[in-house]
Amino acid sequence: MDAPVRIQTPLSEHGVMQLKMGDRVLLNGTIFTARDAAHKRLIELIHQGKDLPFDLRGNIIYYVGPAPPKPGMALGSAGPTSSYRMDPYTPALLDRGLKGMIGKGQRGPEVVHSMQTNRAVYFAATGGAGALLSMAIKASQTIAYEDLGPEAIRRLTVVDLPVIVVNDCHGNDLYTIGRRQFEITA
Amino acid sequence: MAIREIDTALITRTVKQLCIEATTVLNPDVLEAYAQGLAQEVSPQGKDVFKQLIDNARIARQESISLCQDAGMAVVFIEIGQDVHFAGLDLTAAVNEGVRQGYADGFLRPSTLDPISRENYGDNTPAIVHLDMGPGNQVRIHVLPKGFGGENMSRVVLFHPGAGLEGVREFVINRVREAGANPCPPVIVGVGIGGNFEKCALIAKKSLLRPVGQRHPDAVIAKLEQEFLRDINRTGIGPQGLGGRITALAVHIETYPTHIGSLPVAVNLQCHSHRCKSAVL
Repeated sequence: MDAPVRIQTPLSEHGVMQLKMGDRVLLNGTIFTARDAAHKRLIELIHQGKDLPFDLRGNIIYYVGPAPPKPGMALGSAGPTSSYRMDPYTPALLDRGLKGMIGKGQRGPEVVHSMQTNRAVYFAATGGAGALLSMAIKASQTIAYEDLGPEAIRRLTVVDLPVIVVNDCHGNDLYTIGRRQFEITA
Repeated sequence: MAIREIDTALITRTVKQLCIEATTVLNPDVLEAYAQGLAQEVSPQGKDVFKQLIDNARIARQESISLCQDAGMAVVFIEIGQDVHFAGLDLTAAVNEGVRQGYADGFLRPSTLDPISRENYGDNTPAIVHLDMGPGNQVRIHVLPKGFGGENMSRVVLFHPGAGLEGVREFVINRVREAGANPCPPVIVGVGIGGNFEKCALIAKKSLLRPVGQRHPDAVIAKLEQEFLRDINRTGIGPQGLGGRITALAVHIETYPTHIGSLPVAVNLQCHSHRCKSAVL
């Protein structure tokens, strides 16, 4: 396995195209959190033709509902949630310039196709490693939907957040290929 | 035997403590399963995941923070000796108060909400409480804060008897295969065989109270556990679904007598972050 590459957000189209399935990445800069309830609201705004609470272009959404911070911490435990639940909302966000997502678990064919046409990337962070991942989060600010509690949209500043490229923009999927590589048949 | 009185304030204090401990400190059997998994895993990305899990456990314990942001719904099993009398707040209310205090003081995520309005209650109550009664004058409490990555991937099926053990095997293996990365492998696979619709689900969950990898005392069932584990670890899913040989850390099977017309089976998937603490009062 190659050493991890350090990447600064926001992501450029050129940067996305360089990323390959299986690359280990340390993310740095600003990312945004959103999970089920926030996605539903974002899509409602799009349907109403209204502005979103943040500009999607070049940005990364982290599917996470963090634990509350202890005093002195930016945020509590903050690992990824299952991404498939965000699949119905995702292509509309990719069409509006979203360049990356962090979650866990396989995406549906429509999302994978949309990632190829829009040149976007899907990263996995280690599910259940929320304490470890929280150490990479240096600042957190709620920017929308405070009423949703853990499901509010937050702007996070991350330093060396460890993730791995599952779906690159060239149509490769580590979940499918990794499983095939290690499957024992007969 | 004389009746022993227990003030339910003690239940509240105990549940609170168990919620915080369970969500921040993994048991030795889980850490041992990680160490064995790291040694046995052949895929580089799988080994990397195990290293992260071991680091995560250390950080959570040292910093006293939640192992996973999903501190789950608090599943609380209470085994009550029939010579116990409870005084004070009613037992379920006392448990819920313990959960409320534990999740607040432990900085744990409140995840419970109204299923219709989807408004978050903000305190992670109510718990899922299972009461059992037996002999004696003690109370045994198990707190199993269970995340929903694994719950969402769990299933119950009521086969006709002709499906047989082969049908059970296929159902269990396929459940893990279809769940893929979602339940946060390496998983612990809780299986309930027999009973009825709700009983098979309950015994599947109860099987998770066993130390990870402890075999069923019945040799026939223990053999099934080993065979299922072998087959699951041939799927190639691996840690976090990134490809590898350790998809499950253990398979635990519990059985219960069933009806001539049915073969109920439940698969309750538990993520690698198997959080469970117990106390005896």
